[in-house]
Amino acid sequence: MTDSPMSPVAWFADVGIKDRPTVGGKGGSLGELTQAGIAVPPGFVVTTAAFEVFLSALEAKEAIRPLVEALDPDDHAAATVLSEKLRARVMGDPMPPEVETAIISAMRQLCPEGQPVAVRSSATTEDADDASFAGLQDTFLWVLTPEDMAHKVRECWGSLYSVESMTYRRKHGLPEAGVAMAVVVQQMVDALCAGVMFTRSPTTGDKSVITIEGAWGLGSSVVSGEVTPDKWVLGKITAEISARDISDKHARQVPAESGGIIEVENEEPMRSSPCLTDDQLMALRDVGRKVERHYGKAQDIEWALDKAGNVLLLQSRPETVWSQKDAVAKPVTAPVANPMAHVMNIFGGRR
Amino acid sequence: MSAAPKGFPLPSSIKVVPGTESAQAAYPYYTQFVPEDDGKFWFYNSMHFPEPMHHFDMITAEAAYVAMGAFNTRVHVLPTAKGVDHRIINGRVYIGGVVVTDPDEIAERVAEFQTRAFWYYEHWEDLYEQWKDKMRALIAEAQALPSPSLPDYEPLATFKEGNAVAASHDLLKIYQQQVEGYHRMWHHHFEFLLLGYGAYMTFFDFCKKAFPEISDQAISRMVAGMEAEIFRPDEEVKRLARRAVELGVDHHFTDNVDIDAVLADLDKVGVGKDWLAELEVSRNPWFNVSSGDGFYHYHRSWQDDLSMPFAALPGYIDKIKAGANIERPTAQLIEEREALVADYRELLDTDEDKATYDQLITLAHRVFPYVEGHKFYCEHWYTNLFFNKIREFGRLLLAHDFFGPDGIEEDIFHLTQYEVESAIVDLMLSWGVGSPPRGPAYWPPIVAQRKAAIIEWGKHPTPPALGDVPDAIDDPAINMLWGITRENLDSWLDDGTGDPNELKGFAACSGVVEGIARVVKSVSDIHRIQQGDILVCQVTNPTWSPLFQKISAAVSDIGGSMSHMAIVAREYGLPAVVGTGVATTRIKDGQRIRVDGGKGTVSILEDA
Repeated sequence: MTDSPMSPVAWFADVGIKDRPTVGGKGGSLGELTQAGIAVPPGFVVTTAAFEVFLSALEAKEAIRPLVEALDPDDHAAATVLSEKLRARVMGDPMPPEVETAIISAMRQLCPEGQPVAVRSSATTEDADDASFAGLQDTFLWVLTPEDMAHKVRECWGSLYSVESMTYRRKHGLPEAGVAMAVVVQQMVDALCAGVMFTRSPTTGDKSVITIEGAWGLGSSVVSGEVTPDKWVLGKITAEISARDISDKHARQVPAESGGIIEVENEEPMRSSPCLTDDQLMALRDVGRKVERHYGKAQDIEWALDKAGNVLLLQSRPETVWSQKDAVAKPVTAPVANPMAHVMNIFGGRR
Repeated sequence: MSAAPKGFPLPSSIKVVPGTESAQAAYPYYTQFVPEDDGKFWFYNSMHFPEPMHHFDMITAEAAYVAMGAFNTRVHVLPTAKGVDHRIINGRVYIGGVVVTDPDEIAERVAEFQTRAFWYYEHWEDLYEQWKDKMRALIAEAQALPSPSLPDYEPLATFKEGNAVAASHDLLKIYQQQVEGYHRMWHHHFEFLLLGYGAYMTFFDFCKKAFPEISDQAISRMVAGMEAEIFRPDEEVKRLARRAVELGVDHHFTDNVDIDAVLADLDKVGVGKDWLAELEVSRNPWFNVSSGDGFYHYHRSWQDDLSMPFAALPGYIDKIKAGANIERPTAQLIEEREALVADYRELLDTDEDKATYDQLITLAHRVFPYVEGHKFYCEHWYTNLFFNKIREFGRLLLAHDFFGPDGIEEDIFHLTQYEVESAIVDLMLSWGVGSPPRGPAYWPPIVAQRKAAIIEWGKHPTPPALGDVPDAIDDPAINMLWGITRENLDSWLDDGTGDPNELKGFAACSGVVEGIARVVKSVSDIHRIQQGDILVCQVTNPTWSPLFQKISAAVSDIGGSMSHMAIVAREYGLPAVVGTGVATTRIKDGQRIRVDGGKGTVSILEDA
């Protein structure tokens, strides 16, 4: 595991946030968490170097980037034709052997017993955190074979040439030379339950609470909004559980035998039972605090609980909504030299 | 939840329960509702007076409201609030705040208040030390009052001194001095209280703004004092348990023992006498704690009734013998509190806020020893002495047949404080004149009538409030002392429309527990509590804390998140919901219930 970030493959343990330009935001974050000693399912990143080698091979046959740069962002029909053409090449043209061998052997090393993986795109630019861009990225769950994994990596790469993605770059004048895509390949947890965790309140911005949402099965049902998750509010400092909303979780997403995921109905009492115990909530809180301390700012986390009850993090990114408000925030109370003046406000009815 | 606005009944619509008219009329004239009272908003002070009032016990309301009003209105000069009016109907005490609304008057009062309050905050520690000296002196004065008695003839000793004041005069003097002392105690009680709560509320408000989802409990834990007198009685019970084991007399202490028999047995052997000596050390003064809130004469102290410490001793002894550490980990609690304060501070965004936070928590910590500590001296120690002195008069009047052949000394509490004085004068007259007193014929039927009225009133629920709901309750005194806000009132109005098996209160200590409800209405019920039961009671105060080792959760009718019960529950880490209003009436003994101390809810799961 000595591959440098400029190799086609970089292991989580060897990368961090600083490597974002080559491993993308997601890959850098998972590397950072791994290095910080937080339990993350093991994995590697197919770096932008791999993408560049692949793209060079394609360009050697026929130009790609100049075609995108020539695109009129308002010409939807032209963009559609180009997208179909470029994506077909990304999916169909041969992959340079040094890339293909590297990623397939990395997966064999990662999954000696044929464990399934998740394949997720990991964008390299700050803009990629923008909601308008984030939605364009891909996630493939429960991928069973190295060959299929390689196929999904191509799909992630190909998403760079979707109509929306190309049009977005043209509208914002982003040079194609800087456009690259890293792809995360991560051993996949057959989760008992999974969900998200915010280390500050999404509703009030309160930094003293941690909000946890979760449902049975894979976290995709929560992230996609297909199931109303259970929700808890925990004191970040006090550990008290100040709110518990246990919802009717009608379905869960589970791995399909042939790969991918399927949705199954939940029966009672499962559907109306909390998907986490208090002890598990506390374990999640501990992890949330650790990650927040590591980054020095509030985090938006995806987590899963494996069948043995271990907490694993699938993703962590900085919370953005409230932190932007903080930047312009005023003090809670105007400071005064004498604290008694604050007390006067209580008695004076000026609250 | 209907859209139509709901209101509380008008005072004039509340009828005296038939058959209790004369008992109602016997309360002082200035406590009776009059038609003009319909124009004002009133709420039932169930926090302090959850039971129908014995006529004598109304002195607690009267003396407290005399003192509170004087301090708010004329001593501290609170800018927007004066005192509270009080009324009584069917034995229930209703109160209504008097607010200042004229901007000019408020401005004038702000200036006065500022000077006065700042002086107290600046000199808080010195004034509080001085306060304790005053309280100890007041207690010593009450303890020095002799028992009232009437000799057949003036003793020769005093006669020869040329005393020239007959022994009967002492009855009046002792009684009036005791009543005067009780009033003085209530003045002392309010000397710091509002200022203390105000400083605490200021920190509370700041935290709620800075951390919108912070729980009341978390704030309370940051402020809670560690050395408060009110924890001491429980510590003394633990000490006695330890001494019992050390002296080898622990086998005397088992569940449901005959306390007098145990004390007699211990007195027979040397080591037993040693333990009894230790008991005396604990009793004075630490067992001068009321098993209730100290507002009723029948809230007896541990000093007078050892049931509570004896109920707790076996459990503590078992734990000591099992090698468990039952010490209150003060150093650890202080460390936890400091860590909590530091951790929340860390979350503040600006240096300005950190500076304000530091100012306010420092002030809250300075004032809090009074807020927590005063109750031991006022509501517990002094009040207990006071009611016991009245009992002595009860004994004297009983001895002179004032309560008839079937009377008991406690019958005195069916007389108002003014009637007691008249009965004393009747006795003084009779002793001097040599003719029989009129009391023995006059009082027994009245006592019987009032006894019946108290029972009858107890059967009739009373509305939580009367009159039109104001748009806002911005009386800081009402907010602080009773925790009453516009939101509470709305929930009271909703009461009864929701699920009858769901009770809502203040979340006092988080955690979810299911168990058997033990509805405990008085100290005489505490022996029924089994290990793991959920205590359901009207008001739990720290004097019940020895029981907290036995129970798995606690629920009360009365109290807020800063109530002493909430504080003790947090120390024991017991899920607790306080201030449900109706727990002891809605929950039946033996029912299975679920307490969610984080949400502040209690669910009745199944019948007993």
